[in-house]
Amino acid sequence: MADRPKILLLDDEDDLLDMYKEVFSQLPSRPEIQTSNSGARAISLLESETFSLLISDLNMPKMDGLQVLSIVRRKFPLLRLVILTAVVDEQYRSRAYAMGVDLFWQKPATAQEIKLFSECIESLLDQGNAGGFRGVQSKSLIDIIQLECLSQSSSVLKLTNGGREGRIWVLNGEIIDAATEALKGEEAFKEVSSWRNGSFETFPAEPERVRTIFTNYQSLLLESVQTLDEAQEQKNDPAVAASNKIDKLRQFGGLDFVLAVPLSGKASAESWGLENHEAVAAWARSSIGSFQKLGSALKIGDIETILASGSQAHVGLVQIEDSALCAGFKRAVSLEKVRDNLKAMSIKWAS
Amino acid sequence: MGFLNFFKKTEASGLTRLPSGSFTVDASGRVLTSTLPSGFPASYTQEIAVQVLSSFKQAREAQLPLSELVVNYASLRLTARELRGGAIIFLAPQTFKRS
Repeated sequence: MADRPKILLLDDEDDLLDMYKEVFSQLPSRPEIQTSNSGARAISLLESETFSLLISDLNMPKMDGLQVLSIVRRKFPLLRLVILTAVVDEQYRSRAYAMGVDLFWQKPATAQEIKLFSECIESLLDQGNAGGFRGVQSKSLIDIIQLECLSQSSSVLKLTNGGREGRIWVLNGEIIDAATEALKGEEAFKEVSSWRNGSFETFPAEPERVRTIFTNYQSLLLESVQTLDEAQEQKNDPAVAASNKIDKLRQFGGLDFVLAVPLSGKASAESWGLENHEAVAAWARSSIGSFQKLGSALKIGDIETILASGSQAHVGLVQIEDSALCAGFKRAVSLEKVRDNLKAMSIKWAS
Repeated sequence: MGFLNFFKKTEASGLTRLPSGSFTVDASGRVLTSTLPSGFPASYTQEIAVQVLSSFKQAREAQLPLSELVVNYASLRLTARELRGGAIIFLAPQTFKRS
């Protein structure tokens, strides 16, 4: 029975814990269930044993569900998290998802809701917690696309990688179109296929979708694999990689400067268009660090962007993995445009 | 099915709601005025003020003087405008946009 998934239930009401335990023990995967009536106890249990899933209440005394979430998300990034709460409030739902929960569920009130909730939990347990794309574990995105094409499927793959979202349309085993925030067609496919992890969902085919990609899938996948290999090689020399990436970002209109700041390690910042790049890098590093810390304290999720306007330039700052990307634009460029450009730049940077 | 009401616990009293409102701070980080709900911990207000003022200061030192700073978190937007060394800071919770 070594493969039985383990669920940790956290709620401050012992009677509810008993009832949940009863409900979840009936799941087809026969999970092993442990309970905790306090956040502190739950965290110590998580530290001593490996769990597949944490189901937590939100409203609890001493340490509330959001506090538990913020600790657990950092300490156990692979643990799947579910919030089960009676608190009906859009704000808490948004915050919980912003902090990376897999599911936010209002406490079931009918037998039908309990059944649906149990099915969702079973589905989450099925998915396991290996790397790769959630949904088909241990498979890269290239593998997933190849499987779709080889099986002559027709479907729409919706892929999510952090805050980014992309779609790939497959019709009768051929890739016919792709789209991600700023890109379309083959460009979008190249971009999306470079994502190394994330989650994906399959939607029914859209046969009426206009075809924009005419290259066959083998060539597209081969090219993607080569690009990924090259990117891997570049990683061995971060300074060269950063410099090459900055060159690619210079095409954005109204750009005054670009600065790439490593947030960890000893690598120095790379820039274009800046004379005092170390001072700006210090501002970028400190702002990302301190506002990220503030976000953790307030339990409001990660920073998406920092936008600033000054007498000389509009500035956008975004964290991409363990780097910060800072871009300055001429004042004539609106802040809204700065935000859009920053989003497109971060996609290009991450690819 | 009345027993299912047993699952219900409707109040969110133990949770801190994200505030909506604004406050002003002077150059030393002292809060001067505030329209934030009284339930929002003063320590958080202070922490926000310190980070904002520090960011403005460091930007000035980097010859990148800023008049406005917008920090977009996944569930809160923080907008700060520079006011003669101090700042006015607006907080607005963000929820999912429904199409």
